[in-house]
Amino acid sequence: MKIGILAIQGDFEAHARVLEKLGVEYVYVRTPEDLQGVDGLILPGGESTTHMKMLAETGLDDAIRKMAANGGAFFGTCAGAIVLAREVKGPPQASLGLMDITVVRNAYGRQLASDVFLLPTKLSEAPLEMVFIRAPVIEAIDKNVEVLAERNGKPVLVQQGRMIAATFHPELTDDTKIHERFVKLVEKTAMSEASSQSRVASRK
Amino acid sequence: MKSGEQKNGHENLWRVKVGLAEMLKGGVIMDVTTAEQAKIAEDAGACAVMALERVPSDIRKDGGVARMASPRIIREIMATVTIPVMAKVRIGHFAEAQVLEALEVDYIDESEVLTPADEENHVWKHAFKAPFVCGARNLGEALRRIGEGAAMIRTKGEAGSGNIVEAVRHMRTIVGQMKKLTTLGEEELMHQAKELGAPLDLVQQVAKTGKLPTPNFSAGGIATPADAALMMQLGAEAVFVGSGIFKSSDPAKRAKAIVYATTNYQDAKKVLEASDELGEAMKGLDVRQMDEKDLMQTRGW
Repeated sequence: MKIGILAIQGDFEAHARVLEKLGVEYVYVRTPEDLQGVDGLILPGGESTTHMKMLAETGLDDAIRKMAANGGAFFGTCAGAIVLAREVKGPPQASLGLMDITVVRNAYGRQLASDVFLLPTKLSEAPLEMVFIRAPVIEAIDKNVEVLAERNGKPVLVQQGRMIAATFHPELTDDTKIHERFVKLVEKTAMSEASSQSRVASRK
Repeated sequence: MKSGEQKNGHENLWRVKVGLAEMLKGGVIMDVTTAEQAKIAEDAGACAVMALERVPSDIRKDGGVARMASPRIIREIMATVTIPVMAKVRIGHFAEAQVLEALEVDYIDESEVLTPADEENHVWKHAFKAPFVCGARNLGEALRRIGEGAAMIRTKGEAGSGNIVEAVRHMRTIVGQMKKLTTLGEEELMHQAKELGAPLDLVQQVAKTGKLPTPNFSAGGIATPADAALMMQLGAEAVFVGSGIFKSSDPAKRAKAIVYATTNYQDAKKVLEASDELGEAMKGLDVRQMDEKDLMQTRGW
């Protein structure tokens, strides 16, 4: 199993620290070649406009879409959730369109509206600490998207198959629950790939 | 604390202040003076812009008192781009800072580029909900500003000079002083706090981690993609580019190239790619030929 962290700009090192704590290996991804053998990709917080421009410039956008088509797993936080979304508003901007969610940028306001909340999730009995920084809002989701947590009646943590999106920053807290959930998804992805490869091999 | 309750404490405010700085890491923050320039910066991939009335090299040329930009300019820039917008206040001018907070700018730069308002006291930044960035030339200065509540530190360099030498000196000094602290015993840290003129608890924290308690960016003299790559390799976690972009012959191209070089600072081939066919860089100044009174870096302490 190999996890990549998109390292164009933003808090990719914070994600790396969580994976180190969990004892999971990772590589930083800056070019399409870096995606070689990656089963799961983390899209960190940062500026989504910067991320999308660099993804398009380097050809990483197509490489990531190809990885998704091949069953790869994805985890986007804040800007990462925007990059994964099918539709972005406030204002409209390009995105990878992998998850069936509509996201509105900076929907709570500017930096002065950034805050920390303790909110319930479907992941455990205890509430989870959530750090929102110039956060987007998930305005609409398709039926195939599961809501794992909400703030003011709007989803803030969602999952669609092998993809998880959070509008807050789990990487900036000590709670590793969501990262653990993602690592399990990636393990499953890697195992199913390995078994399909061995089936091909045994057929030969 | 009940579930769903908003966490309001000072500690959480500090976390979202430093948190926004975390989000800017690996990026380029560009000085802009008009909405049009802000758009060029955003389109080039800037992770934030600094709204100003004049870029530092023009402030230098024009002379007179340099103050906070007019709210109209800042508001126009805020309305034009979706990335964070920063603005500068004079050192110690907490009323200008109150105005910028009321304007809801995303980051306030208490900056030596403007004419200082108080030669003894910097702004008490803990009193604000808006986060602050401050310049520093050495570790003591950085920790004093953090002690006052700065959530991001940048090297001062020599703003508007187009000359990287001072930013290099300041970054090497800060990194070197931090390295030294990690080698000392706990009984030696009070003396270090005295020497650095810095709060003991912050000195102890740096001795333990080898890093500042906030992100550590670079500013003051960056004019080329290679300048950005140099500062990133020396330990900067992001770069501010002031006059370097809009005082060059092709700002849009140079802006994009500096963003590309900052992301790929460890890959010389990519920095080469970014450096090709850029046109003229800003002319720049030899800091050694400058009068002491013309230096901006010596403002503040």
